[in-house]
Amino acid sequence: MDLRLTQARANDAERAAVDGVVSAALGGGSANGSSAGSVRDEHFADAGHAARGRRHLVLPTLHAVQEDIGWISPGALNYVSLRLSVAPADVYGVATFYAMFSTEPRAPRVVHVCDDVVCGQRGGERLAQGLAAELGAEGSGDDVCWVRSPCLGLCERAPAVLLQRTGEPDYSIAPASVEQTLGAAAGGGTGAVGADAAFDDTSVSAPQTGSRSASGLRLLRRVGVVNPASLDDYRANGGYTALRRAVGIGPTRVIKEVSDSSLTGRGGAAFPTGLKWDGVAKAPERPHYLVCNADESEPGTFKDRILLESDPFGLVEAMTIAGYATGCERGYLYIRGEYPLATRRLMNAIEQARQRGYLGADVMGEGFSFDLELRRGAGAYICGEETALLNSIEGFRGEPRNKPPFPSVSGLFGKPTVINNVETLYNVLEVLSVGGPAFAEIGGGRSTGPKLFCLSGAVARPGVYEVPFGTTLREVLELAGGTVGELRTILLGGAAGGFVLPDRLDVPLTLEGTREIGASLGSGVIFAIDTSVDMTEILRRIAAFFRDESCGQCVPCRVGTVRQEESLARMLRHAEIGSREQELALLDDLGKVMRDASICGLGQTAPAAIQSAIGLGLLSEGVGQ
Amino acid sequence: MFGAGGGTSSYIEAEHADLVVLWGSNARETHPIFFHHVLQGLRNGARMYSVDPRRTSTVQWADGWLGLDVGTDIALANSIAREIIAAGLHNTSFIERATTGFEDYRRTVEPYTLARGEELTKVPAAMIRELAHAYARADRAQLCWTLGITEHHNAADYVFALINLALLTGHVGRYGSGLCPLRGQNNVQGGGDMGAIPAKLPGGYDLRDDEARARYERAWDATLSPKPGMHLSQMFEAMERKELRALYCIGENPAESEANATHARKMLTGLDHLVVQDIFRTATAELADVVLPSAADWCEYEGTVTNSERRVQRVRKAIDPPGLARPDSHIICEIANRMGHDWGQPTAEQVWDELRSVSLNWHHGMSYQRLESEGGLQWPCPTLDHPGTPLMHARLWATDPAERGTPAPFTPVEHVPPLDALAPDFPIRLTTVRNLDNYNSGVQTGGYSSPLRRREALRIDATDAAELGLEEGEVVRIVSRRGSVLAPISVDPALRPGLASITPHFTEQVDTNVITNDAWDPKSGTSEFKAAAIRIEKVPAPTTEQAAQLPVAGQ
Repeated sequence: MDLRLTQARANDAERAAVDGVVSAALGGGSANGSSAGSVRDEHFADAGHAARGRRHLVLPTLHAVQEDIGWISPGALNYVSLRLSVAPADVYGVATFYAMFSTEPRAPRVVHVCDDVVCGQRGGERLAQGLAAELGAEGSGDDVCWVRSPCLGLCERAPAVLLQRTGEPDYSIAPASVEQTLGAAAGGGTGAVGADAAFDDTSVSAPQTGSRSASGLRLLRRVGVVNPASLDDYRANGGYTALRRAVGIGPTRVIKEVSDSSLTGRGGAAFPTGLKWDGVAKAPERPHYLVCNADESEPGTFKDRILLESDPFGLVEAMTIAGYATGCERGYLYIRGEYPLATRRLMNAIEQARQRGYLGADVMGEGFSFDLELRRGAGAYICGEETALLNSIEGFRGEPRNKPPFPSVSGLFGKPTVINNVETLYNVLEVLSVGGPAFAEIGGGRSTGPKLFCLSGAVARPGVYEVPFGTTLREVLELAGGTVGELRTILLGGAAGGFVLPDRLDVPLTLEGTREIGASLGSGVIFAIDTSVDMTEILRRIAAFFRDESCGQCVPCRVGTVRQEESLARMLRHAEIGSREQELALLDDLGKVMRDASICGLGQTAPAAIQSAIGLGLLSEGVGQ
Repeated sequence: MFGAGGGTSSYIEAEHADLVVLWGSNARETHPIFFHHVLQGLRNGARMYSVDPRRTSTVQWADGWLGLDVGTDIALANSIAREIIAAGLHNTSFIERATTGFEDYRRTVEPYTLARGEELTKVPAAMIRELAHAYARADRAQLCWTLGITEHHNAADYVFALINLALLTGHVGRYGSGLCPLRGQNNVQGGGDMGAIPAKLPGGYDLRDDEARARYERAWDATLSPKPGMHLSQMFEAMERKELRALYCIGENPAESEANATHARKMLTGLDHLVVQDIFRTATAELADVVLPSAADWCEYEGTVTNSERRVQRVRKAIDPPGLARPDSHIICEIANRMGHDWGQPTAEQVWDELRSVSLNWHHGMSYQRLESEGGLQWPCPTLDHPGTPLMHARLWATDPAERGTPAPFTPVEHVPPLDALAPDFPIRLTTVRNLDNYNSGVQTGGYSSPLRRREALRIDATDAAELGLEEGEVVRIVSRRGSVLAPISVDPALRPGLASITPHFTEQVDTNVITNDAWDPKSGTSEFKAAAIRIEKVPAPTTEQAAQLPVAGQ
């Protein structure tokens, strides 16, 4: 298209970063020949459908510039616009949407410090203060700067930091100290390799696994057992038997097995997976797309991360099965930008699978085609919402779409699309290995099969635990060594979930059981809060999270999340407008508006935890002050 | 087309076509409304090819660009036809049933092989082949063109060359397939339909059609000569021969818009009497004996306009005209009244109803009430219960020969280069172009500011600039065989070596038509604005002598 660009021009390094991504995506040669190389003239974008079909590369090219240069300059934005035939305002809109991108010059090393509900209470705040003392105010510094971050998904190892480094791979440190963080940011320590090695002992994050490996694990059975970098080791541990079985019984029976298993989505919405697959498989419009939602960002959630880091081939196999069953030839794996180790492991797994014929034009010699592409998010909670995720992949701002149409009818690039959560897909391997009916016998009703829970906060051994559906909350807490201190409440389901009081610990952790007590399983978060914690502060942090992560597309959410945080902040400083009761009434009012009128789940559930706390009297005068 | 001067398709068809060819048209800038339909088509998956000497902003939406040399369109069209026939992709059943003269046509295009096509047009043979195959194989294809086709000394032949392609492939008369000449403004089509074409009566009847002429004579109570009057180019020749001594000029600015403007101005100055009726005090008005200020008909009076898809639409009065300005029809009637006739002061609707009483085929069914309630109607619309005709020439596809009617003739045409030939002393081809926010000589646009407006410049390729040692913004003398003007240089990547462009928009800054060629096409009367031969001379010291010679239009 005809672009109107400012005079800003990209430098050689910025061009190289962008060209690298574009050339790789075009596979060395493009549809119309001459346009594969660099742009002939800065005034002209390549024309035609081929050129305009590259918008989905906006996010990868911006990632490349951010990683190589450390920030995204106006010249680089212009060059992305030119190479991808996207209007410059749109590129700017995307670049400024994500927290990990900077459109202003910034220190080449950025320390993201998690100060969210779990880490903040468990050393995150102290870490932030320590870094402020050493490096100065948040965001300042020429060589190293630190910034606050929402949940980094390392809650079991709190406090956590993510080190974002220009020209070098990012990595996480958890638990992190001020000294270790400063040393790493200064280029010391063992770098990404050493930092990754700290995660090798899976029993830290998933205490049921590793040396004391408990029998009976299904989803976690390979965690800590298999070498996550080796396809051969994966196969030696039962890998690719599920795909073999799937190909043996054919797509229709795969979907039947999944339907028989009563498997429901583990991302939070609990939609029956079989029904979703069946819908896409039967959709007449082609092509079909598969998307794995690995944008795990719900505060307090880290179960998918454990699976991705420790059993990456499992996801590749499960996605291949899903693609085979639903007639997709292409799958996208959308992983959150704050998971550098999982990203490295998955990239390696995809590459190995491709080399060995488990991905590509003729998978396992079985005559069907399926390939995977990994796409990284860049710090936006909203992209975990399925339609926002689709927009993000397509190169738009990650703003949710109106539903209907649902993705199974009109999803990625407007085509029928299956979107599954990571844990759901690992369950598919189990369904195929034991069979649908046998799977359905675990648990009952709509809650069948094994389930992962993320325990954090005031428990003896935080981490991911696998239990069969139907296990009670008390049993799961005991598995983690019980609670520490005097338990006030449990936050169940994450920031978008609700609270459970200590007298309800015998609730069975099923969709039905939790609904009965007005709670929800959400993403499987079990965050134990003891009496030393100020509930208002916890809720204010949750409100701040939603205010920060609201995409701003719709008014109830954009304005409501701000008003909600303001009210809680007033309560925290005892500067209520009127009385505390009046503030609570205001919060209740805001909650209703957000729940009823927001476009997507973010706005609809942003008041959930606060409403729950009000309902249970956790915010009433004198509680936790 | 085929006897009726209008496009065969509706705009909406561009949205449902598989292929859109924009030939000699930078519709992105010059037909932005039509281009919205093209964009919708692209969104729906249509492929688009642009045939244009320049790499325009339209090209930046195209799947393929055929950057031909100015004045080689017929060679390109013939080469495309030759390739279509050679590849066996021509629509034989359509040709047999609905056309005549195919064998002659085949013989004419036979020498235009891809290799010869490339040699004549400089478009790579592979690209010619690509468009030929894409056009012939498309299920629905729109062929659209603008002034790149019609501003040549043999413009009508250019149009025939394109029509031949549509006949060859059957891309006419079916929904989504058609020929679409894009008009230069909102009512060029309407002006022609109302009899501004000398050989035509209002409603498209040929002046030599005795029956039609008799009907008009009865309606007007006057005798009409079957001999066509003069078109604009002929008028200037008649002025030169001193035969034409008085001119009544309505809404036209020939002192600036005519090719070879110096000559045109001399002719206008030499008239016994010049009357100019306009909404602006134009350069032509400056030469007039009498200036009649008229109302802006699109907002200060009632009426209709007809667009490129033959759609007649109502125009409504929004504000009162300023000062002494009056609607054009009132002025004309008043002059008639003063000359001793009784034309009264009819309303716009009365004028329109008179037309409907005589234009039986095209307009009879279009009452004001219908035009308003149905959002305009496309001619032909012969009766009040006729729905109008979005798609013309569907008859050519009828199975019944009687219904099919007269077949459409192939009109073989040969490539003839532009008259203003390139030579060692005039080595650069200059083509006039228009841009988004300006209109023709700037009468209607020059008085308004625009955030996009770039000052006039002779736009050339970077290689040419380097070769001539010219810097961006440097003022040069542009010399053609007719005259010379001063203009600043601007390097523009839209151009190619040996090709320069300039607009006619900023007459107060650069009097472009002083250098254009007034050689005109005997069939259409249009001058060869698109192809002049020039040389670029360095000017010793910066000078601004040219500025302010003429009054700024619109002020």
